[in-house]
Amino acid sequence: MCVIRLSPLDNIVVLTRSVQAGDIVEIDGRSVSMPQALGLGHKLACRRIAAGEKILKYGVPIGSATRDIEPGEHVHLHTMQSDYLPTYTLDEARLFKGAR
Amino acid sequence: MNPIRNDAFLRADGRKGIRNTVVVVYLVECAHHVAREIQLPFREADVHLIGFGGCYPNDYSFRMLQALCTHPNVGAALLVSLGCEGFNRRGLLQAIRSSGRPADTLVIQETGGTRSTIERGRDWVREVKRQLEATPRVPMAARELVVGTVCGGSDGTSGITANPGIGRAFDRLVADGAVCIFEETGELIGCEQIMAARAATPELGEILLGSVAKAAKYYSVLGHGSFAPGNADGGLTTQEEKSMGAYSKSGSARISGLIKPGDVPRAGGLYLLDVVPDGDVRFGFPNINDNAEIAELIACGSHVTLFSTGRGSVVGSAISPVIKVCANPETYRNLSDDMDVDAGRILESRGTLDEVGAEIHRLTLAVAAGAQTASESLGHQEFVLGYKSFEPIGPACHPTYAV
Repeated sequence: MCVIRLSPLDNIVVLTRSVQAGDIVEIDGRSVSMPQALGLGHKLACRRIAAGEKILKYGVPIGSATRDIEPGEHVHLHTMQSDYLPTYTLDEARLFKGAR
Repeated sequence: MNPIRNDAFLRADGRKGIRNTVVVVYLVECAHHVAREIQLPFREADVHLIGFGGCYPNDYSFRMLQALCTHPNVGAALLVSLGCEGFNRRGLLQAIRSSGRPADTLVIQETGGTRSTIERGRDWVREVKRQLEATPRVPMAARELVVGTVCGGSDGTSGITANPGIGRAFDRLVADGAVCIFEETGELIGCEQIMAARAATPELGEILLGSVAKAAKYYSVLGHGSFAPGNADGGLTTQEEKSMGAYSKSGSARISGLIKPGDVPRAGGLYLLDVVPDGDVRFGFPNINDNAEIAELIACGSHVTLFSTGRGSVVGSAISPVIKVCANPETYRNLSDDMDVDAGRILESRGTLDEVGAEIHRLTLAVAAGAQTASESLGHQEFVLGYKSFEPIGPACHPTYAV
């Protein structure tokens, strides 16, 4: 076993060791052949994820899919993007409303 | 009440300690050597050295030393002053004495210098240690514990093993009724909305958002971004993902409040410790190293600190034991004497996150019951305290007290 699911809600799993191209990785009982080498910590889809769908890790959204992602496919900069709005670049005065 | 031990140390102020420590406290760097010499013969006998190096007074450092000298793990305090520093030594002595603890001050300039101050100090410590043998011993429950968490020397494994493992332990401790504290708002940039959604009230949610915005602004003035290109090589894709790795130490409980260094929560639950100073950027980095953060967690009452490390920090702390949770199995094999929990075994199919979480929970209770941590047995007693400034927290920061 070389992947870990951090929350039951997640649609991705995380590699617990590095893999080489051609290695077979088991994800939820499905065998997936790795098209490329990937290091520990990289994410693989554990089901089909549609373009625009949230990527869930630790049970929370960490960004959105930028295209359809197949089960077992690498989920990274080429398939997803951040949803995070860096609010701290906005007007500070408004942000500190209610905070001391 | 189901006690975790029957022999906790009861202080006159009603709080309960899991250690019975004497602190020797230098009030300026110029008194550091004398204080260290006083402590040296007792360093393996629960006498710890803490202090503040600055000569100029600062409300934060006063508040920190007051909170630390009246921490439930501390039974008595000896203050060592050069004599001309700006620290309010009379105020500190009075605060410690009014907590019911034996305390005294030696002023080097009024005690005949180095040699005679060391001698007087050692005599004082010897005598007070005899007195502390009579400290009342009482049962203590898990819900009376305060537990902090920090990460240091993180690597790509931290966010998938040790941090979520600590989060699961925190969930169990919060369910026990304990106080759990997480911190470092600078590492939470990107998950503030997720965090705010866990706040006990909408007002607290706004305060949590504000604390992360403050950290983002503070670090950007210092020229530090949070997401680096190296993060993407390690498989992290977005800012929010990176922050979630650190944030996962907090577990999944409702967030009961926001505190600042020296604030001791009065009810069980999960708290965010805001370590970033208020106002304009002054005094440089909020925390110059991991031990500055540990000292702040202890000042908020932490009896035990859970320390997540991937690359392999070896530190402990004065006053409260540190449990080291090692995220990386290679590091664990390399530094096993320094580590308490092999969380990285998850990566080698030798355990699950839930098992690691249960082990951290069990070990936290065992250490609270008196078991030594790795860093304690190796004699680690790190301590550092610098300059900062804070505004006091308002009532909306701890909404659960009202009910």
